[in-house]
Amino acid sequence: MSGDDAKITVTINGDEREVPAGLTVRGLLAHLELQEGTVVVEWNREIVRRDRYDDVDVTAGDTIELVHFVGGG
Amino acid sequence: MAAESKDIDTFDEPLRIGGHEIRSRLILGTGKYIDNETMVEAITASGTDVVTVAVRRVDLDRTKEEGVLYHLDPKKWFLLPNTAGCYTAEEAVRYARLAREAGFSEWVKLEVIGDQETLLPDVEGLLEATRTLVSEGFKVLTYTNEDLITALKLEDAGAAAVMPLASPIGSGLGLLNPYHIRLIKSRLTVPIIVDAGVGTASDACETMEQGVDGILMNTAIAAAKDPVRMALAMKDATRAGRLAYLAGRMPKREQAAPSSPTTGMLD
Repeated sequence: MSGDDAKITVTINGDEREVPAGLTVRGLLAHLELQEGTVVVEWNREIVRRDRYDDVDVTAGDTIELVHFVGGG
Repeated sequence: MAAESKDIDTFDEPLRIGGHEIRSRLILGTGKYIDNETMVEAITASGTDVVTVAVRRVDLDRTKEEGVLYHLDPKKWFLLPNTAGCYTAEEAVRYARLAREAGFSEWVKLEVIGDQETLLPDVEGLLEATRTLVSEGFKVLTYTNEDLITALKLEDAGAAAVMPLASPIGSGLGLLNPYHIRLIKSRLTVPIIVDAGVGTASDACETMEQGVDGILMNTAIAAAKDPVRMALAMKDATRAGRLAYLAGRMPKREQAAPSSPTTGMLD
């Protein structure tokens, strides 16, 4: 992730964002400073289990949802 | 508290939903509290074992510690995720799957809303989502209106509990239709938990007096001037209503009947 600083654009939680190219889901969570375990990842409408975080590559144009529990009735 | 436990064991039994035993018949929502400290204090005061939570996007531009899990210990309270805010079966199923992935349980409080103004449920959507989720192994607790036929269909669809409303969500109007709630309770086998509409302690007591298995509330406590006091009041009212139901009320009569002996009076 150094040197040429290649970036890709993905949609995260409804907003387009530039993130470093070549990240896995685990890398993306680290990049966003999110703690694994409190967040659930949906990648192109598909839930990514925690044990697959290293297997799924984030590529340009992906749509990613990162959700967690908030107060609710 | 030992006295409390003995009390429950002696005079009531735990609530059983989908193979789980719950000691408190009061379930609390975690929304709309003025701050997290008040929420935790109120939940603790209520004696509840189960609290509901919602699934929402992480706010990437704000503090990383805003999720409710930073404040609620999942070892202390059973977390029941809801599908609040969903208007179609498909959407509700998507939220339920995400919630399950958080890894706490297969339980979900299913909501499919049919109308923005009243937040009344879409019964077709409820049935469809219940069937789908049950087939995927979820334990579905379905929020619904107080209609017997819908309740029967939800039970047939495999709902682990049916949760008819007392009145619309967040309205605080209390139990508008006790007859229909009793009817649903008398005809279904799964637990009936009245969900939404309770405004104050007497509403909770009256609701439990109908013989239902439990009650779920949020705004009545969160929006009280003093949520912790109201949580205590709701705890007592829920138990009082439950015990009054189990005790069996005396018949009503139009005439007075003296409580003291009519004999042995002085000349």
